[in-house]
Amino acid sequence: MFTLQGNFPSLSRGARWSCLLLLLFFGLTLCAQTVSPQQLADLQKQVTDARSNADNAWMLVSAALVLMMTGPGLALFYGGLVRKKNVLSTMMQSFAMMAVVTVIWAVVGFSLAFGAGNSFIGNFQHLFLHGVGAAPDPDYAATIPLQTFMVYQLMFAIITPALISGAFAERMKFSGMVVFLSLWSLVVYSPMAHMVWGKGGLLNASLGGRFPCLDFAGGTVVHVTSGVSALVCALYLGKRKNYPTEIFRPHSVVLSFVGACMLWVGWFGFNAGSALSAGSLATSAFVATHFAAAAAALSWMAAEWILKGYPSALGGISGAVAGLVAITPAAGFVGPMSALLIGLIAGVVCYLMVAKVKAWFGYDDSLDAFGVHGAGGTLGAVLTGVFASRYVNPMFKDAQGNVTGSGLFDGNAHQLLNQATGVVIAWGLAAVGTLVLLKVVDLTIGLRVTEEHEVQGLDLTQHGEEGYSME
Amino acid sequence: MTKLEAVIQPSTLDAVKQALLEMGIEGLTVLEARGHGRQKGRPELYRGREYSPGLLLPKIKLEIVLRDEVVDDVVKAIVSAAQTGKIGDGKIFLSHMDETVRIRNEERGSEAL
Repeated sequence: MFTLQGNFPSLSRGARWSCLLLLLFFGLTLCAQTVSPQQLADLQKQVTDARSNADNAWMLVSAALVLMMTGPGLALFYGGLVRKKNVLSTMMQSFAMMAVVTVIWAVVGFSLAFGAGNSFIGNFQHLFLHGVGAAPDPDYAATIPLQTFMVYQLMFAIITPALISGAFAERMKFSGMVVFLSLWSLVVYSPMAHMVWGKGGLLNASLGGRFPCLDFAGGTVVHVTSGVSALVCALYLGKRKNYPTEIFRPHSVVLSFVGACMLWVGWFGFNAGSALSAGSLATSAFVATHFAAAAAALSWMAAEWILKGYPSALGGISGAVAGLVAITPAAGFVGPMSALLIGLIAGVVCYLMVAKVKAWFGYDDSLDAFGVHGAGGTLGAVLTGVFASRYVNPMFKDAQGNVTGSGLFDGNAHQLLNQATGVVIAWGLAAVGTLVLLKVVDLTIGLRVTEEHEVQGLDLTQHGEEGYSME
Repeated sequence: MTKLEAVIQPSTLDAVKQALLEMGIEGLTVLEARGHGRQKGRPELYRGREYSPGLLLPKIKLEIVLRDEVVDDVVKAIVSAAQTGKIGDGKIFLSHMDETVRIRNEERGSEAL
C-alpha cells in the first residue's frame, strides 16, 4: 500500500480513494449530527413566522387603505357632490361611522358577524373582543392574528353604513342618523356578513354554506345592502325641498374627484386584502380590481359622450366607482379579461340607472347610493356567477375531491342560482331591516330636519359650523 | 364724485388693472361676480342631468370712486383695455357718489379718494 518517494509517503490510487470515501462518510455523519430535530423545527417555525409576518403586513396595510376609503375618500366624494351649505354635515356622516361603528364592532358587532352562531347570525363568544388576540383562527385566516382579521373586517363595517348616507344627504338629522346607522350595523350588516363570511353562514362558499354564494369582498354584504337600504331611506324620507324642479349642483367636483381617486386606490385594500394573505390571489384580485375600474370609467364616459355630448369629470369618476363596486364580489374569482368586461358593463348600466331610471321613478337618491352601489353590487354579484373560474381560485369540489367549475362559463350554471339567492337575501334583509329601523327612529328621535333647517343648511343647523367662511 | 362700476370678462382684468395704474388711479375694488347680458351661457351636465340655469357666466366687477374730472379718461382706458369686440365684453355704470371717508384718518371728500 505504501511506497516511499522522497520524504512523503504516497498512497496507491485505490488507497487514496478509500481514504477519501472514509473521510467523506465521517464528514457527513458529523454534519447530520449537527442539525438536530429541534433545530429543524426551529427553522420550520422561522419560515412559517416569516410568511405570517408578510401576510400580516399586507393585511394591516389593507385595513388602513379601507379606512382611508371612508375618511377622507367617501367623505370627500360625497362632500363635493352636495351644496356648499351641507358639506360638513355630509362629511360628518362618514366620520361619525368611523367612530361609532368601531365601538359597536368592538363590543358586540364582530362577535355577531364572525362568532360561531348559526346560519343567520353569530354569537357572543367574542363579546368585548374576548378571545380575539394574536393567535389566528384557521377557519378565517390561518396566517394572521385574529385581531388583524377583526380590525380589517371593522373597516368594512364602517364604510357600509357610511355609503347609505348618500341617499339622505342634505336632509337627515345628525342624531337620528347616528342612531339609525348604529342599529343598522347590528341588524343588517352583522347578520349579512355572518351569512356570507361567518362560520356556519347560510351563504358561505368557503365554509360549506347551504347556498354557497361567491362574494369575495362584499358585493352583497356591503354594496347591495347599503344600496338597497339607501333606496328605502330615499323613499321613506322623501325628496329634498324643490327637488327636482330646482337642480342642485355639486359645489365642488374637485373634492369629489380627489375622494374618488382615494376610493380607487383604497379599493386595492378592500378587494386584494380580502385574499387575507399576501400571495398570488391578492395579486389576482388587485389586478381585477384595477382593470374593472378603468374599463367602467371608460364606458360611463363613452355613454355620456354619446348620449349627452360631453365626457364629464364627474362621469369619469362615477364610472370608476361603479366598476369598483361591480368587481367587489368577483375580484378573487375572475381573470383580468373578465374584469375588463365586468367593468365595461357596469359603467353603462350604472350610468343608465343614474341618468335615466332615477328620473323615471322620481326618487331622490341624492348621491346615487342605490344607482351605483345597489345596482352595481347586484350586477356584480350576478356577473360573478357568470365569470368565476376555478383556474383563478378553486372553490368547489365534487365527491371524489376533484375541483369543479365555479361559474357559468366554467361549467357551473347552477352557481347563478346561488348568486341570486345571496342577492335576494341581501335585498330582503336590507329592505325590511331598514324600514323597521327607520320607523323606530322616526317615532322616537325623528329623522328629517325641519324645512327651515334644510333651507339654512345642515352645517350651520346641525353642527354650528360653516364649511367655508369668508375670513 | 362719481362711482364707476364695470362688469368685465375675467380674462381682461390684468389689462384693465395695468391701464388704471398707468393713469394713476390707485383705489380699486375687485369682486368675483356671475352674470349675463343678452348672451346666455351654455347648459352644464351633472350625472346626466342638465343644469340650464348655468346661464350665469363668471365675470369680474370693478368698483372705483373717482373725481368727476377724470371719469371720461378712465372710461376710455377701461373700454380700450377690456374690449374684444365680441358679445360678453361687459358694461360700465356711472352714478353720483355722495361722500367718501378714509377710515385711517377720517379724511373726507376728494382728498379721501
